[in-house]
Amino acid sequence: MAGGIERKVINTTHGPDAPHGDFTRVGQRARKIDGIGKATGEAVYTDDIVLPGMLHAKTLRSPHAHAKILSIDTSRALALAGVHAVVVGSEMPVKYGVIPWTPDENALATDKVRFIGDEVAAVAAIDEDTANAALALIDVEYELLEPFFDPHKSLVQSEPQIHETDARGQPYKKGNISKNVLLEFGEVDAAIDGAAHVVEDDYVFHGTAHAPIEPHCAVARFGSDGVLTLWSSTQIPHYVHRALARVLEMPAHRIRVIQPHLGGAFGGKSDPFSLEFCVCKLAMKSKRPVKMLYTREETFYTHRGRHPMEMHFRTACDAEGRVTGVDSKILIDGGSYSSFGLVTTYYSGQLLTGPCHFPTYRFDSTRVFTNKPPCGPKRGHGSVQPRFALEIQLDRLATKVGLDPIEFRRRNLQAENSQTVNGQTITSNGYLECLDVVEEASGWKDKRGKLPFGRGVGMAGSMYISGTNYAVYPNDMPQAGILVKLDRSGLAQVYTGTSDIGQGSSSVMATLVAEELGLRLDQVRVIAADTDLTPVDLGAYSSRITLMAGNASVDAGRKLRKQVQAAVGEHFDIPPQQVMLAEGFAFDREDGERRITSQQAFELTETKFETLAATGSYNTPDRGGDYRGGTIGASPAYSFTAHAAEVSVDTETGEIKIEKFWVAHDCGRAISPVQVEGQIEGSTYMGAAEVVLESHDVYSDESHVEAGLHRRPSLLEYTIPTSLDTPEIDARIVESIDPEGPYGAKEAGEGPLHGSIPAVANAIYDACGIWLTELPFSPGKVLAALRAKQGETSAPSPNGKASADTSVEAIRARLAAAKKGKS
Amino acid sequence: MLRLPTFTYESPATIDEVLALLADNPGRARLVAGGTDLLPNMKHGIEEADIVVSLSRLPGLSALAELPDGGVSIGAMMTLETLASHPTVRARYPSLAQAVGLVAGPHHRRMGTLGGNVCLNTRCVYINQTHFWRESLGYCLKKDGSACHVVKGGKRCVAAASNDSAPVLMTLGARLVLTSQARGERIVGIDDFFQRDGVQNKVLEADEMLLRVELPAPAAGLHGAYMKLRVRDSIDFPRLSVAVAFALRDGAVHDLAIVVSALAAVPQRMRNVTELAEGRAPDEGLFEEIGAACFGQCHPLSNIDGDATYRREMVPVYVKRALRAAIEGGVSS
Repeated sequence: MAGGIERKVINTTHGPDAPHGDFTRVGQRARKIDGIGKATGEAVYTDDIVLPGMLHAKTLRSPHAHAKILSIDTSRALALAGVHAVVVGSEMPVKYGVIPWTPDENALATDKVRFIGDEVAAVAAIDEDTANAALALIDVEYELLEPFFDPHKSLVQSEPQIHETDARGQPYKKGNISKNVLLEFGEVDAAIDGAAHVVEDDYVFHGTAHAPIEPHCAVARFGSDGVLTLWSSTQIPHYVHRALARVLEMPAHRIRVIQPHLGGAFGGKSDPFSLEFCVCKLAMKSKRPVKMLYTREETFYTHRGRHPMEMHFRTACDAEGRVTGVDSKILIDGGSYSSFGLVTTYYSGQLLTGPCHFPTYRFDSTRVFTNKPPCGPKRGHGSVQPRFALEIQLDRLATKVGLDPIEFRRRNLQAENSQTVNGQTITSNGYLECLDVVEEASGWKDKRGKLPFGRGVGMAGSMYISGTNYAVYPNDMPQAGILVKLDRSGLAQVYTGTSDIGQGSSSVMATLVAEELGLRLDQVRVIAADTDLTPVDLGAYSSRITLMAGNASVDAGRKLRKQVQAAVGEHFDIPPQQVMLAEGFAFDREDGERRITSQQAFELTETKFETLAATGSYNTPDRGGDYRGGTIGASPAYSFTAHAAEVSVDTETGEIKIEKFWVAHDCGRAISPVQVEGQIEGSTYMGAAEVVLESHDVYSDESHVEAGLHRRPSLLEYTIPTSLDTPEIDARIVESIDPEGPYGAKEAGEGPLHGSIPAVANAIYDACGIWLTELPFSPGKVLAALRAKQGETSAPSPNGKASADTSVEAIRARLAAAKKGKS
Repeated sequence: MLRLPTFTYESPATIDEVLALLADNPGRARLVAGGTDLLPNMKHGIEEADIVVSLSRLPGLSALAELPDGGVSIGAMMTLETLASHPTVRARYPSLAQAVGLVAGPHHRRMGTLGGNVCLNTRCVYINQTHFWRESLGYCLKKDGSACHVVKGGKRCVAAASNDSAPVLMTLGARLVLTSQARGERIVGIDDFFQRDGVQNKVLEADEMLLRVELPAPAAGLHGAYMKLRVRDSIDFPRLSVAVAFALRDGAVHDLAIVVSALAAVPQRMRNVTELAEGRAPDEGLFEEIGAACFGQCHPLSNIDGDATYRREMVPVYVKRALRAAIEGGVSS
């Protein structure tokens, strides 16, 4: 990539300690810097942007799941009064995709459509009603193709192909298979077959959506200076910037991407999307600014949500409960496009090798294309599904061995400063402490196996990355860059390419810079996610920002700090290292009375040096296994989480109520404890919703006309939990202080989701002796499992609880018997 | 967001003006009270109207009045929130207060009215969708088409009655006062108000409006309760609903009424349960028998979200729970 240029080895980590003395900002329970603005309605989101002469755009979508486009006639739409421009796929023929090896998307369909809701054309008009009316005037001729809704069918049937060409435009050679990864570490079969205990089961994880409250929105302006500006509700402005340049065939320097405040994303805004290209093209054609806001229904078609997975798992341990091997075979339903699917396929195996140590491991994961809305990354990308399977398998093994599930996990620890079976480097690891914390907080020892029938506790553990070691496109440039400017007004301005999507990354950047420069939070202003103003950062995905952009922030702050200390030291006539910066002052460490304000200190520094600014960068150390794909899943540091859940099961209705979660998360160091707790709560809430409530479901019975339609593309039917449906969550922070993270920090945004789902499954076993393996755990499935269990044995359940047969059949039988007795 | 179609908005100050607008624009005018049902349906293109007539300026339609026979009359424009917390209703008809307190979420109950809930449109997984969705599927006989996607080859719409108020009002013997310009006021018993057609499951004529709901005086020892199956504890429409009412005198059940709804186009009054329960002690044995009797009469379709087999299975469970709840807390005073 670097064309003979030697890559600069960037080692910008400054270790876990405070710049001097104790931390003054880090670890404080501070508000998010944008919290009040969002609560009061002051914050500007993309849809709040109104530009002079702005048009409104709408997208025409395919009513067919799989069809060739024979012709598109837009003439009647163009003739409608109030319509300014129409765009179709042939005007933007260059394919794109967030992963550069799988560019299989067009801004608008060029030759065929691949799911109901696929984008076909877009119209810009004076208002939304006119744009909608114009859509109805676009005539599209389709030739229907056989659709694929069942991933098993895609696996074996290669014609007709959903994607006919590969990245180079050559015939696609893998039928309807998107990606297969088979990796084996050690002699798995021998390790499992000869083991004392083996468990083997099938698991199903259903599709779920991100459901951010803000739908996707984009506004474009093509200025008379030839600069194209896009405001978009994206979490990856840099990748959108690159994709716009590629698809619009424009030099990147003439494009500016700005991300306004974002109303949630959760991975659902981490691809470039059709509307972003369309508003740009329509703005260029109409010479007017153009806005497009998706409806809620459209966000369900845009999707990129959690991949449905069918998972076969085999796990074994020895007589003492030490795991000997894990073997999985996973079928992944990718929907109609690749999106991040290559990575998803790897992640379904690569991210599983801690905190439980595997001596041997094999995974064989296959992602297939189907004619459904495209799947992608959702919080806990790729690993939430297999984690669900694995953590149930571990509990089943613990049960077989006769070990407490927490003790079982202690016995199988993938320790700190170690290598996993697949070659990932574990640095810090606070998992044992996480286990201790949830064991204590949940009252585990008094509850496990001891609660009345229908009530139980369960737990699960997990691990997640703090960013991926490699950018999605290969390059040797920094992953994160930052610019900090100091001003004689006393203000530090932080220019960061990071996307605050509600997770609070801008507040983290502000906290880190304030710590380095001894400022209060109100003396730091963050300018984020504007490709004209801010240095490149790769975006808000894979939980990378705190560690990566955080290190860059500390690095830039540290450079300026040294200058300030030098100037103030000269002023006080003391050595620079004797100058303390804290709470908006610079003072003599030996004599606290000798002090000046930060503003005065910056004036002195500007006088001594010059205009004050510093950049900071971060790039990852070399990590990962030495094999093809070994770098996927490699991260500078891993977070660890333990979940305990207490549930009650209504054995008459089959309804599951999650009474409470206790979650301990090892985030390295909590830069902002309130935000870490918020991420633990939000992740656990989101996971809990996937257990029972949420299902992104497409009608899949090919014989019915409904096939291919999304079952419930609205927030009335796609039931995200209300406050009444949200369990109590006791969020605990464990700080392992990582050597690579900024002041020792690791991620907190995604890890604390994983265990919430299997912890509930394991608690249901404790409550009533059934192992549920197919999500979502609908009441009907619970009742069926209870009956199956009663059918197989009338003996007391494994944890010694007696159960009453509550099935309707049994009740009616008893009723009939009682009647007989009466007469 | 989804756009409302264009319409003329009228906000008359008298009932006569409302009725004139309905009479003068046959089939083209729709009444709006809280709008929580009509407006989403208009956005989906399920309801169409050239003229939307607001009832918000009409005087006297939001009050509760005592009737000479000891019953009450409740104005159709009383909000669900007001009704749920009304002291008279809570004291004398607690199951009604309970049911309307379970309609949708707090915001909907603040806007939505009793009349609106009684007249709520039926619901179906194939109809409560956008134009785009329904066009992709092929329109159905409830709106714009001729096929039924729930019952293959079905000629009658089976969209589900989804109002929480209706089953309770049926167990309480409510009467509805309707009026029109052409025919003046008429009183319809609530059982006769609903008809087995999901397209229009009410006998309310296009030129007619609902004025009041009248409830007879509660019988001595009246007990009642309402149970609603739904996935969340707020917002959702029922996947199954059960209302029960009976008089408990001298330790025996009298005049048991049970209505099960959210199964088909009309709320379904359970047969034979009155006879089964008459004069018997309200114990678990009786509840089991009644539950089994109801199960045999209920045949939910795949018309709304939630597995039909499971919804059916929950009929006896919810009937029993409603009966227990009525014994424990649902007594009129």
